[in-house]
Amino acid sequence: MKSIARLMAASAIVSASGAMAADLEVTHWWTSGGEAAAVAEFAKAFDEKTDHNWVDGAIAGSGGTARPIIISRILGGDPMGATQLNHGRQAEELIEAGLLLDLTDVAEAEGWRDIIHPVSLLDSCTVDGRVYCAPVNIHSWQWIWLSHQAFADAGTDVPANWDEFVAAAPALEAAGKIPLAMGQQPWQSSGAFGVMTVAIAGLDAWSAVNIDKNADVAAGPEYAKVFEAAANARQLAANSNVQDWNQATNLVITGQAGAQIMGDWAQGEFQVAGQVAGEDYTCLPGLGVNEVISTGGDAFYFPVNGDADVTAAQKELASLLVSKEVQVAFNLKKGSLPIRGDVDLDAANDCMKKGLEILANGAILPDGNQTLSPDTSGQIEDLMVEFWNDPSYSAADAQAAYAKIISRAD
Amino acid sequence: MADATVSMTGPRGPKPKRRFSPTNIMLYGTLFVVAVYYALPLYVMIVTSLKGMPEIRLGNVFAPPVDITFEPWVKAWAEACTGINCDGLSRGFWNSVQILVPSVILSIAIASVNGYALANWKFKGSEVFFTILIFGAFIPYQVMIYPIVIILRETGGFLGVQLMGSIWGLVIVHTIFGMPILTLLFRNYFTSVPEELFKAARVDGAGFWGIYFRIMLPMSLPIFVVAIILQVTGIWNDFLFGVIYTKPETYPMTVQLNNIVNSVQGVKEYNVNMAATLLTGLVPLAIYFISGKLFVRGIAAGAVKG
Amino acid sequence: MAIADDAQSPSAVQRERTQRPNRLFKNMTAKIASIPMVATALVIFVGCTVWTIVHSFTNSRLLPRLEFVGFEQYERLWETRRWLVSIENLAIYGVCSLILSFVIGFTLAALLDRKIRGEAVFRTIFLYPFALSFIVTGLVWQWILNPQFGIQSVVQRWGWESFAFDPLNNADIVIYGILIAGIWQGSGFIMVLMLAGLRGIDEDIWKASRVDGIPVWKTYVVVIIPMMRPVFITALVIITSGIIKVYDLVVAQTSGGPGIASEVPAKYVIEKMFQSQNLAQGFAASTMMLLSVLIVLIPWAYLEFGGKKRG
Repeated sequence: MKSIARLMAASAIVSASGAMAADLEVTHWWTSGGEAAAVAEFAKAFDEKTDHNWVDGAIAGSGGTARPIIISRILGGDPMGATQLNHGRQAEELIEAGLLLDLTDVAEAEGWRDIIHPVSLLDSCTVDGRVYCAPVNIHSWQWIWLSHQAFADAGTDVPANWDEFVAAAPALEAAGKIPLAMGQQPWQSSGAFGVMTVAIAGLDAWSAVNIDKNADVAAGPEYAKVFEAAANARQLAANSNVQDWNQATNLVITGQAGAQIMGDWAQGEFQVAGQVAGEDYTCLPGLGVNEVISTGGDAFYFPVNGDADVTAAQKELASLLVSKEVQVAFNLKKGSLPIRGDVDLDAANDCMKKGLEILANGAILPDGNQTLSPDTSGQIEDLMVEFWNDPSYSAADAQAAYAKIISRAD
Repeated sequence: MADATVSMTGPRGPKPKRRFSPTNIMLYGTLFVVAVYYALPLYVMIVTSLKGMPEIRLGNVFAPPVDITFEPWVKAWAEACTGINCDGLSRGFWNSVQILVPSVILSIAIASVNGYALANWKFKGSEVFFTILIFGAFIPYQVMIYPIVIILRETGGFLGVQLMGSIWGLVIVHTIFGMPILTLLFRNYFTSVPEELFKAARVDGAGFWGIYFRIMLPMSLPIFVVAIILQVTGIWNDFLFGVIYTKPETYPMTVQLNNIVNSVQGVKEYNVNMAATLLTGLVPLAIYFISGKLFVRGIAAGAVKG
Repeated sequence: MAIADDAQSPSAVQRERTQRPNRLFKNMTAKIASIPMVATALVIFVGCTVWTIVHSFTNSRLLPRLEFVGFEQYERLWETRRWLVSIENLAIYGVCSLILSFVIGFTLAALLDRKIRGEAVFRTIFLYPFALSFIVTGLVWQWILNPQFGIQSVVQRWGWESFAFDPLNNADIVIYGILIAGIWQGSGFIMVLMLAGLRGIDEDIWKASRVDGIPVWKTYVVVIIPMMRPVFITALVIITSGIIKVYDLVVAQTSGGPGIASEVPAKYVIEKMFQSQNLAQGFAASTMMLLSVLIVLIPWAYLEFGGKKRG
């Protein structure tokens, strides 16, 4: 009852401005099979539950391609109705420039601070006490996906952690498999490295570098181990010539590759392919070493719009995105975790349940997007994509370059 | 090569003596091999687009299709997905048409008047502006891209219309960047018009626009055709401006093509990709094959420097 | 602006009136008609360029702002491996495509100029790629060079099992994979230019050289090529200004990969400005691009225009 009352209050706010049906263009970069199915849930809910229309503005390619288009439209005075962005520091300057809609009234009316879990997600949306975005899911990078078929073909057991995986790699290679599937987009290289850092160097070292920007730690022995391991992993991924992350996931699904280090969005692909967690594939949080969930994820921002009807529709959408039903429907398809602890995810599969459990235990860390500026992330991506693809780039050289970037990070 | 139409426009080189002299065999052999390199990609595009995926997986890129299917073409045109929009390249095609028509008209109209003013109505400073314009053609676009975003936003806001992200914003950008070469083209052409004609019209009391519309325009049909060819192919093939100054609904065909080919759902459908690629290349290819010599003149004219 | 100046300055009006009483009003129309050109020249080509250069000395991030930091952006630029790789790629691509375009373009033109049969057919085949966009070019060659299905696999199926030609996945040679596509697209056009140049040469020269018994190749090298200097210069300017703009081709064919092995400066600029949200870094990189154009352009302009004035 309480939540219904809140919803009423929220809709009272939005209907107070005399909302008329508005077409709301929503831009996002969810274009792979599982992602597209998930976003269709948003569209369906918005079209059915409000008077407004969802106009889909999917932008193909990764966030790296889509984000500039989104931002240049906001800056260029052609704001969309709503847009996906990774919450965190990417929108900082847009908020400072007053280009994004303040959602504080919706957030307060619905008590986002009480329902959103972990609350750090809301903090990432908050600047100077005002709320500027609606988080929609938690995406954790900290996973490795293993193909049962590939390991069966190689005649070994499915590994339970990174070390076992490395040990099993020669058998995979002997069976003609690619041990580690890797796409060649820069964000994938950089993300996989981040996951390996948490698993190998540990949480403290990760935090020192990514949160406190401590260049000494970045140049230190813990990170040296990570770079060594990454150089080794680079060998294992040498024959993986695909570009996109979902093509790499597809190698795992079809058993051509043993494993892929990828965030939980990969799960949507397994689902679309009709695979069952635990039977066809295994997922290990934190590479089976350090079980954590990084609370990155997606959020929706609503650019300021002069049209009152559009503003009303924007607020209705914001409230809808956070609502229970939509959260469940969306996250089941997307393979991500809901942003509220009070929803029922019985339908969730093994992997999501593992994630939910870790989340409930509070083993969480922030996502790189939340701690590093896009500029720093971009430099790290450039470094990592080169390192992962150039076998002659030594671990020591890469570490030195990395430490330099961290020393300049902001 | 059963071609009998030897161009008589006057090759000046030394004439080869005998039909099957070693020189001749070398000559035709070389030309033939090089022709294969140039023709191959078009051939590969066509055969790939007519094959089914199983055949592509088994065969090689050069093998002609066994079972000819037009499904990839249908899919590329009407069904290929970017995100949850699965209306294929057709949207991009119509966007490109909508961008193309006003851009070509506007840019040629402005540039022809510019060229006319520069050739026949020189004023103080006109040559300076012209020189800046010509040098502007060599400035890398990257230097000007961002300030133009601001200009479009501010003018759009001032005029109360949406320029950034809209087709009209892109039309303006194409008009601007087409201006140097087109202006040069028209200036050079109008300069070659006999001065007597111009003077006679002046004596008759015709003014700037009178002479332009009654004397210059009717005389300059050939150069207009050249300019149209230059602009149609140039604007149709643009990617950089399209990707920066438009948004997904208004993406021109090249941008949509890149999106369709590079956004993969599961397995890459190479046949659909090639059909999409061919579809995108169809308009400039058609212009090329239909207009033949005029096309060559057009691009060569675009290359002439003041 | 020029119009306003002239109209407001009474002395200018008077001068015009006394010297050419009839011209002023009509020239006003010409000036008004030239507003788009003047605006483009001043606002876009001069204004935007200056704006970008000025902002390259700031610490602008997502939004442009005027907090000057000296040469910091440039220092960082030249310390960035990706930029250095981009420059190296551009240099390799530039030099190779310049040489190859000239050699292929001229050779083809010379061959076509020898009264051969089917000249029109050959010319059509050599030139059609030029009608296609770089996106189309990149995608086609990406497909032909695909290691699983393309040339490599075809040759292997012919029986040469160890044949390896996979430039798009080999960081050491990827730029040559792009070069193959770039040459395919552009060399036909250079051929057309060269052919026009050859056709412009007086027949008597060939006759004379034949009478003197000079071998054909020697006539080309010693007599014809020097005579075609203007065409060569035009081609040079076109090729170099095209090289610096290389962007679409790389985006479509390799997206800069594998790793950063096929990155080019134009792509660096776009990505720093719009993806990394570091405008000033992008501005600094684009200013360097401008500088490299000027290095080519200024000597050319000097030769072209300086020469004309003297002559």
